[in-house]
Amino acid sequence: MTLSVRLRRRLSDAFTLDVDFAVSAGVTILFGASGSGKTTVLRGITGLARPDAGRIAVDAALLFDSAAGIDVPVPRRRVGYVSQHLALFPHLTVGQNVEYGLRLMDPPDRAARARTILESFNIAHLAARKPSEISGGEKQRVALARSLVTNPRVLLLDEPLSGLDYGTQTHIIADLRRWNADRAIPVLYVTHAHREVFALGERVIVLDGGRIQADGAPHEVLEAPARHGLAQIAGFENVFEAVVVSSRAEWGTMVCRIDGTATDIEVPYSGGQPGARVRLTVRAGDILVANEEPRGLSARNVLAGVVSSLRRQGPAVVARVLAGPSFEVHLTPGARESLKLADGHRVWIVIKTYSWRVVI
Amino acid sequence: MDWQAIYLSLKLASVVCVALLLIGMPLAYWLTFSRWRWKFLVESIVALPLVLPPTVLGFYVLVTIGARSPIGQAWTSWFGHGLAFSFEGLVIASILYSLPFAVQPLAVAFSQVDPALIEASSILGASRARTFVRVIVPLSINGVLTGAILSFAHTIGEFGVVVMVGGNLPGVTRTVSIAIYDEVQAFDYATANATSLLLVAFSFVVLAAVYGLNRRVWAVAPQP
Repeated sequence: MTLSVRLRRRLSDAFTLDVDFAVSAGVTILFGASGSGKTTVLRGITGLARPDAGRIAVDAALLFDSAAGIDVPVPRRRVGYVSQHLALFPHLTVGQNVEYGLRLMDPPDRAARARTILESFNIAHLAARKPSEISGGEKQRVALARSLVTNPRVLLLDEPLSGLDYGTQTHIIADLRRWNADRAIPVLYVTHAHREVFALGERVIVLDGGRIQADGAPHEVLEAPARHGLAQIAGFENVFEAVVVSSRAEWGTMVCRIDGTATDIEVPYSGGQPGARVRLTVRAGDILVANEEPRGLSARNVLAGVVSSLRRQGPAVVARVLAGPSFEVHLTPGARESLKLADGHRVWIVIKTYSWRVVI
Repeated sequence: MDWQAIYLSLKLASVVCVALLLIGMPLAYWLTFSRWRWKFLVESIVALPLVLPPTVLGFYVLVTIGARSPIGQAWTSWFGHGLAFSFEGLVIASILYSLPFAVQPLAVAFSQVDPALIEASSILGASRARTFVRVIVPLSINGVLTGAILSFAHTIGEFGVVVMVGGNLPGVTRTVSIAIYDEVQAFDYATANATSLLLVAFSFVVLAAVYGLNRRVWAVAPQP
């Protein structure tokens, strides 16, 4: 099955969503920062938002065609959709939630079908509970099961795993992959998390400013040096090439040396062996600045440096700090005031291990 | 005590309460989800009984359903008796009089249902009617109960509309509030006091039920 999407929708004077792509069976990631138009694309496919113009089809079945005046109503589109809010019905049990979309089947068949999918997502034991009585990870599984039980022609996932710990995410992704191995429907998965791109996607479509900026395999699209801009799209202002120096899987950390410097950084373990090349990213807003050497901190990365530039950008102050490599750091005007920062000022920057994202 | 009048009031309030839920639910649904630009005009009409003197409302209902009106004449030709000064006439007037007391709590409750749940229902293949019955109403149950209780209680307590439209026919249109008025006119203060105390106790129980249901807010209707 192939989902083809061409849609244009003007969201404001300055922002028009204009995309054209087709996805076939398997998981395709739609990647971009918040405000890039990802969710609007999904809402257009479900029919919850009406494009100004375009054509949306699954194989030969048209869901929307502005030229032909076709706009299939939402309930008849047979599109699965799980948003980050999950939207489980709070007054129904897990079992009733999963059976909700099966109203055309006989009750015994309905129960059997619900049972099968609950088992394949390892939540059969929760069938009699209400959504308020189960954990976040379990809710995600219920939401997925509720969508998939109706045999949708396409599955749309809008950051369904945000807010879950890494282990739970990994398990749910594995369940989803296993489920889709038999059915082979197109799954369009929206995220702004790098890690999910590599864990899940056979293909990634990068959306920025309402347009498709790149399209291809994750390692081609997100790792090519020319694509540094893509890390910045997702809000990672600092991107460094580095080499793994040592790793301690049992602590969940590894140490990397940033290219062209003697600066070693402790980052989350991501499977890289010593000598492996990695790319490290960190958000400018996740870096602390101190004007004395900090002591007694839990943060593992404390680097001495010098402020090389300072400028206002909107409400924030953007500083560049030379501490081995050059870091972009975002501060509030109040923080700049109280630290009395100026060009050439000697400072220390502090970065928690878990503020780093590692791209292998 | 005039038990016949008490019975009649309870019967009237029950009929009006059921009728108002049947009329009020679709109306409240429309008021909540319609994007029609002139919707506020309909909202104003629904709320009119809150501010109109009951005699004004009763007067126009009487003119509309009276023997000389087309509605009154059609009714007489079908049922053999007039609509004004009958129990049915009283039901129609009471429905109009208590309309906002049913519609407003329902509309407030419907508007508090998370739109994501309504969208999820639609994506899972449910029609609007099924979404309404399976998702919106169950999640608005406090609003539905509040609307039912308030319209029942408000009908029990009405006076001006009944006097205008129903008159004072024992067993037909003589409700409990009319009975109290009559008892006072007849200087039968003891009976008037007993009936009034009953109404005070009833009203207290009703309000306690409503506030108990909507415990977080100090208002007659649940608020956003």
